[in-house]
Amino acid sequence: MSLIDSLPRAGRLRLPSAGGLIPWIVPLAIILIWQAACVTGLVSARVLPAPSDVALAGWKLLLSGELVRNIWVSFWRASVGFLIGGSIGFSFGLANGLSPISSKLTDTTLQMVRNIPHLALIPLVILWFGIDESAKLFLVALGVFFPIYLNTLHGIRTVDPHLIEMGRIYGMTDGELFRRVIFPGALPSIFVGVRFALGIMWLTLIVAETIAASSGLGYMAMQAREFMLIDVVVLSILIYALLGKLADSASRVLERLTLSWHPAFQKH
Amino acid sequence: MQDALRFLQPDAEPVDRADFVEQARVARQGSHAASRGLPLTIRGLKKSYGDNEVLRGIDLHIPAGQFVAIVGRSGCGKSTLLRLIAGLETIDAGTISFGETARPEDVRVMFQEPRLLPWARVLSNVEVGLGRERATSDAQARADRALTDVGLDEKRGQWPAVLSGGQKQRVALARALVSNPRVLAFDEPLGALDALTRISMQRLLERVWHDQAFTAVLVTHDVAEAVALADRVLVIEDGRIAHDVHVDIQRPRRRGSADLAALEGSILSNLLEAAGELTDH
Repeated sequence: MSLIDSLPRAGRLRLPSAGGLIPWIVPLAIILIWQAACVTGLVSARVLPAPSDVALAGWKLLLSGELVRNIWVSFWRASVGFLIGGSIGFSFGLANGLSPISSKLTDTTLQMVRNIPHLALIPLVILWFGIDESAKLFLVALGVFFPIYLNTLHGIRTVDPHLIEMGRIYGMTDGELFRRVIFPGALPSIFVGVRFALGIMWLTLIVAETIAASSGLGYMAMQAREFMLIDVVVLSILIYALLGKLADSASRVLERLTLSWHPAFQKH
Repeated sequence: MQDALRFLQPDAEPVDRADFVEQARVARQGSHAASRGLPLTIRGLKKSYGDNEVLRGIDLHIPAGQFVAIVGRSGCGKSTLLRLIAGLETIDAGTISFGETARPEDVRVMFQEPRLLPWARVLSNVEVGLGRERATSDAQARADRALTDVGLDEKRGQWPAVLSGGQKQRVALARALVSNPRVLAFDEPLGALDALTRISMQRLLERVWHDQAFTAVLVTHDVAEAVALADRVLVIEDGRIAHDVHVDIQRPRRRGSADLAALEGSILSNLLEAAGELTDH
């Protein structure tokens, strides 16, 4: 019964039908208008290169291997930083959501640190780590930490106390209560945190790479600026947009898989 | 009338009257000697929250297998009494005993809200009710049987979110029944349901109580429901048992029959009289 229900949905994921293309109409139209504006000379190539030139620059960088190398470096920094900051944020969220003592001990401190814009730490981070990998990882991890911490904490605190009482009545141990009631109950909120964190992850990484790096997408854009290669600068910006969209889609797929019980994900 | 209404109701439990009478006859032959229920004895039970004394000394004996309804105005302490029986609150003074040592699986509660885990399929929700016996190999078979008892076996693989209010309550009932409890406490279990679903749920409660012979304690604000289901109706006023009414009307009882209505009327007027509101009517 439930298998049959899930079939059409799974099919839609694999084969994008006409409906799946609708979100791409606007970006495509923008590129077409942009191309037309450049070809007709409405926009000077020194202000904004045509999409075709940007694509050409991308192709050249792809052939030289520079593009793949820089994307890979940025991707690696983003994911490692996310994993480090995310797991620390998740652990603190759990600890402070479950234990009032832990919450009393650390929450005030964390709230104070949260109110420092983490990008304001860049000068300090450069002094500490130089323009090493650890500088970027530190900044990304710090930026990702707070949305995941706050939303994990909020998710755990808002689990229906009736369900927790029910679990206790039916003899669940603390471990079972966490696994079967508290964690699944907090999961929707944790995912909100993850999606916020993904946005902050790219922002932090790109700012950090622009200011202090010798590789990565941000560095590639800054190098291009030095040599007045405006097509490469625009290319980098477009790649940011695509990577951001990719990260968001990945978290949506994950959400859909783990929250299939949620009424918001049951489309009939 | 009820037979006609049944068509309007997707949830309706078709109860064959002849079949029911036969079941009742067989159950009576076995009588209470075979009852699985536990007797319940309460002595001098008191409970306060801060300065507010909710229960001021309750003495009560419920024989094994009896169906007792507790009625009273809101705030009279009836829900507190139930939560104490179910072990959800600590006792200030007095004792509650079940005749012999009750295992945690022997006493189960059903609440006004179904309290199902939204992220677990119907069948796993019922398995939760097995408590410490969840890990046994026949857990799933037992959960399946409990679902069949409440007539929801075809919903075993659904998420709770797609069920109607009445169906959710039936899953909650299956979860309470799956461990074969010997005392089942109901805290307004039908309070949030519409009138027609209530009637079919009342029939279902009466049937499972009959089949499984547990001791049932039902807290309700609906006096008609109390007299329709219970062997005995307790009226609680100001934290004390004010009236203890035995309902000597044969089962199956016909809703709306004259003797049920008369009993309901007398209990209601007791309740209203105590509050000095009868003069208003």
